[in-house]
Amino acid sequence: MIKAQQKPIAEIKALIAPYHRILILGCGTCVTISFAGGEKEVGLLASSLRIASAMEGQDKIFAEATVQRQCEWEFIDAVAEQIQQADAVLSLACGIGVQALAERYPDKVVLPGVNTTFLGMAVEHGVLVERCRACGDCILGLTGGVCPIARCAKNLLNGPCGGSQNGKCEVNPELDCAWQLIYDRLARLGQLDRLAALMPYKDWSKDYDGGPRKIVREDLRL
Amino acid sequence: MAKSLFEEKLNSGKFIVTAEVGPQKGVDCSEMIHHIKLLKDKVDALNVTDHQSSVMRFPSLGGCLLVKELGGEPILQVTCRDRNRLALEADLLLAYSRGICNVLCLTGDSVDVGDHKEAKPVFDLDSVQLLRMIRTLESGKDMGGNDLKGAPQFCIGASVHPAADRIEPQLVKFEKKVAAGAQFFQTQGIYELDSLRRFMQYASQFDVKILAGIIVMASARMAQYMNENVPGVIVPQSVIDELASAEKGKGLQKGIEIAVRTIKAIKEQNLCHGVHIMAVGRESVVPEIIEAAGL
Repeated sequence: MIKAQQKPIAEIKALIAPYHRILILGCGTCVTISFAGGEKEVGLLASSLRIASAMEGQDKIFAEATVQRQCEWEFIDAVAEQIQQADAVLSLACGIGVQALAERYPDKVVLPGVNTTFLGMAVEHGVLVERCRACGDCILGLTGGVCPIARCAKNLLNGPCGGSQNGKCEVNPELDCAWQLIYDRLARLGQLDRLAALMPYKDWSKDYDGGPRKIVREDLRL
Repeated sequence: MAKSLFEEKLNSGKFIVTAEVGPQKGVDCSEMIHHIKLLKDKVDALNVTDHQSSVMRFPSLGGCLLVKELGGEPILQVTCRDRNRLALEADLLLAYSRGICNVLCLTGDSVDVGDHKEAKPVFDLDSVQLLRMIRTLESGKDMGGNDLKGAPQFCIGASVHPAADRIEPQLVKFEKKVAAGAQFFQTQGIYELDSLRRFMQYASQFDVKILAGIIVMASARMAQYMNENVPGVIVPQSVIDELASAEKGKGLQKGIEIAVRTIKAIKEQNLCHGVHIMAVGRESVVPEIIEAAGL
């Protein structure tokens, strides 16, 4: 899922400074799972901002709402009235949700309350890790189900760099070397021979580097 | 015909000696020029490092041009960290056009260990693919499949880490580098000979030349610092203890002694095809090491 982290409160306060009526809008999907922008975080942030506003002698008004998915028109339209009443919407959804609001409500100021961080998962409660870079050309079938694009700091395709030590990454000794993981996993599967082939040059045009990507499914279009 | 003087020497069967110079941060090249003059006639080729440890410096290509102008035999170090395939190809065309015909293909340290930590790392290619790309240029085509007007010819090498604690994945990569066209390898620092001996028993099946990396340590503190901060460096505790045993102010002398002893042993035991001496800022001691080791 998409993982996000709430922005520092000082940055949020600076973003909302020019506005009086602010709708804090959460999202019930990815950011709820990553404890960054669900209903609970909306409530906590609203309380903090109300207190800060009062202490600073401002009379800002904070409304709260959370929709199931901010990245779909139908869901955000459910709070259309609250959006219309606000001077600005502080979205706690990922960057997709923020942009969906901006596109749907072209006259409304929409501000991001979180930093969208990566595509990943929780490996334990409170520990979220990156697993996918959405590079558009999945090679997990060749690498034992461990992604060197997302999990190697240099996105190397043909094995570890010389900085891999004790199976850890040179960037951070707490980080597993993706190529050690790939090697160990293929060894376990009895598929080490798969490592011998030179990996083709990566076609980065399928990644973001080819510009914003688009999928059109003619079979599904109405 | 050999592609370079260095290739000729690699194939001659003589014990090869290379060293390296690290360009300065800035445009005053006087110290680098001094080091080049000091070393160029004492070694078979002189590497110029490419933003070593991801610290921004005068470029390796610029340093190699100086080596060439001063009558030396340069090895251009090229990392994949800072340039995409267009820039890498273009730099190689320039290098060849100016008589720089030896290339050491490296991944490059992560930007996180350097002095521009917020830079965008490139890594469009990896070191294996860089080697392969050079062979493609030699065939008269670029990576896009387009014809080149005049194709370069390079003697190409790469690095290997015989003392890596998890050696298997490193060997997988080594074999890929061989398959991609590497002719010579410079190893990471060698301090004890067992790992080199083991590695050579394995590597002798490939038709490539192995140059053992010799890092000149100036003190126990430097060794510890490198262990903690320089990717790929593993100085054993016994070497650190030996450096620490030196009298105050004599650390470098001890470091030279260790380097000389290691080189002599490698040569006498005919362990590999040569040595690559990395003096890390103390290039002025390299002639002394070469002489003392009887090279």
